[in-house]
Amino acid sequence: MKKEIEKMYEQEPKTWYAKLLAAFLVAALLAWSMSAVQTGKTGGDGLSVAAKIISGIFHPDTELLFDFTTSGVAYLLLETMCIAFLGTIVGAVLSVPLSFLSATNLVPKPIALIFRTFIMAIRTIPAFVYGLMFIRVTGPGPFAGLLTMSLCSIGMVSKMFIESIEDLDIKILESLDAAGCTMFQKIRYGILSQLFPDFMSTLIYRFDMNLRDATVLGLVGAGGIGAPLIFAMSAYKWNQVGAILAGLIVLILIIEVISTKIRVKLTRG
Amino acid sequence: MELYDKIFKPKKLTLANGKIIEEKRSRTPFILLLLLIATVVSVRITGFSLATVIKRGNQFFVILGQMFPPNTGYIGNIWGPLLDTIKMSLLGSFIGGVLAIPFAIASSSNLIKNRIVLSIVRVFLSIVRTIPTLVAALIATYIWGLGTMAGTAAIAVFTFAYVGKQLYELIETVDMGAYEAMEAMGAGKVYAFMTAVQPQVLPAYLSVCLFCLEGNVRYAAILGYVGAGGLGLILNEKIGWREYDSVGMILIILFGTVLVMEALSHFIRKKLT
Repeated sequence: MKKEIEKMYEQEPKTWYAKLLAAFLVAALLAWSMSAVQTGKTGGDGLSVAAKIISGIFHPDTELLFDFTTSGVAYLLLETMCIAFLGTIVGAVLSVPLSFLSATNLVPKPIALIFRTFIMAIRTIPAFVYGLMFIRVTGPGPFAGLLTMSLCSIGMVSKMFIESIEDLDIKILESLDAAGCTMFQKIRYGILSQLFPDFMSTLIYRFDMNLRDATVLGLVGAGGIGAPLIFAMSAYKWNQVGAILAGLIVLILIIEVISTKIRVKLTRG
Repeated sequence: MELYDKIFKPKKLTLANGKIIEEKRSRTPFILLLLLIATVVSVRITGFSLATVIKRGNQFFVILGQMFPPNTGYIGNIWGPLLDTIKMSLLGSFIGGVLAIPFAIASSSNLIKNRIVLSIVRVFLSIVRTIPTLVAALIATYIWGLGTMAGTAAIAVFTFAYVGKQLYELIETVDMGAYEAMEAMGAGKVYAFMTAVQPQVLPAYLSVCLFCLEGNVRYAAILGYVGAGGLGLILNEKIGWREYDSVGMILIILFGTVLVMEALSHFIRKKLT
């Protein structure tokens, strides 16, 4: 019995040198990247600054938090949600043709490659650069933020869309064909019913992400909760930061719970 | 949803054998109505107008047009910040990824049976996940000053939250048979985890980390905007000076870097699985 076990142990592929090499490589990379870490001048002792920030965040400015006018947290959150919602929808509308054109089971490979590179190029440009471009179109405000969100969504949304399109079960279409269905019926019962749950689940997930990323828009004045948050931070008004963050965190947590529930329901049918 | 069924009574169908079955009414109109209301409210609040987009859409391409041809003379000044960005994301991803391991283990319901510990760690993870990266970066710059340290910290926080959640979901879906067998043979929890659970999650964990690293290069470019070092710093500066041809060059280099990183991580992930 023991001999057999030993025999099996000997048969185990020896990978220790590959592991050693990988570990060595990672260590070397880390040592190399350590060289970049430098700290600049702070306005005082780092720890005391951190303590101030944390105490401010835990004592939020309740006046701002429960202010229901257009400068209060509630309205800003609503505006942010609207930006994220419409941004997701516009992004989806733009992504659908792009992803059909870059699915390798529908179009020839070179064309798909071109569109994929195009999508990646869209994804590379940082959000605030888009924000600056759209402010020229619409002027500062939530509208520019919405358009920025939609372009930023394209990268991830179309990547997921492409995956679901490439996973399409062709057999269903063939059986519909055999049953004598028309083109329209094939699309309605063969394609739409396969893609719809995946697409919806992607979009709900993206809405969730857009809500998190919406603060970036504030950098360039493209609406949403980002601008007041950043102003409050650069003015060291940590109580206001606390109020805004509290609202944002609660909203995101609620949306996350709801979106996870819906997505679980969508995938399990 | 039960209320919905009460208002719109299910359709009654009589089968050939006389049995009556109920078909629930489709929810689609209800959901469509909700979506429509949400869209109308959003259009009102954000001031969306298609006419503006069509009329002034060409303005969008003004800056884009000024980026081409890119200023190739500027390329020499890009390499330093680019390397900073890559170093920041490497170190940040590593720290975040390693820190995430104990938290992920503590929030996996199949390893930890204590419900109180589970829910505390999970709530902590989701709160960290909701902190916008920009806010983390700004706070980091107040603590560590302007520079790459702040950016690294922000990336580490972001990676920690993301990898933590992914990893605990991975651990929860693991086949527990081997773990139980190890425990039955008298192995300690740590030993059983290392031999039974770790080999199952390691490839997926590494690929999540690599995916994160790839995204972090992109994030690191934004971090410069708040003074957290790297490529974003010069990007912000050039935008401020309206030297859009230099901005174009930076974006092209960033694009190339992201392409290379994506190809590399795709290659490694394929090897892992």
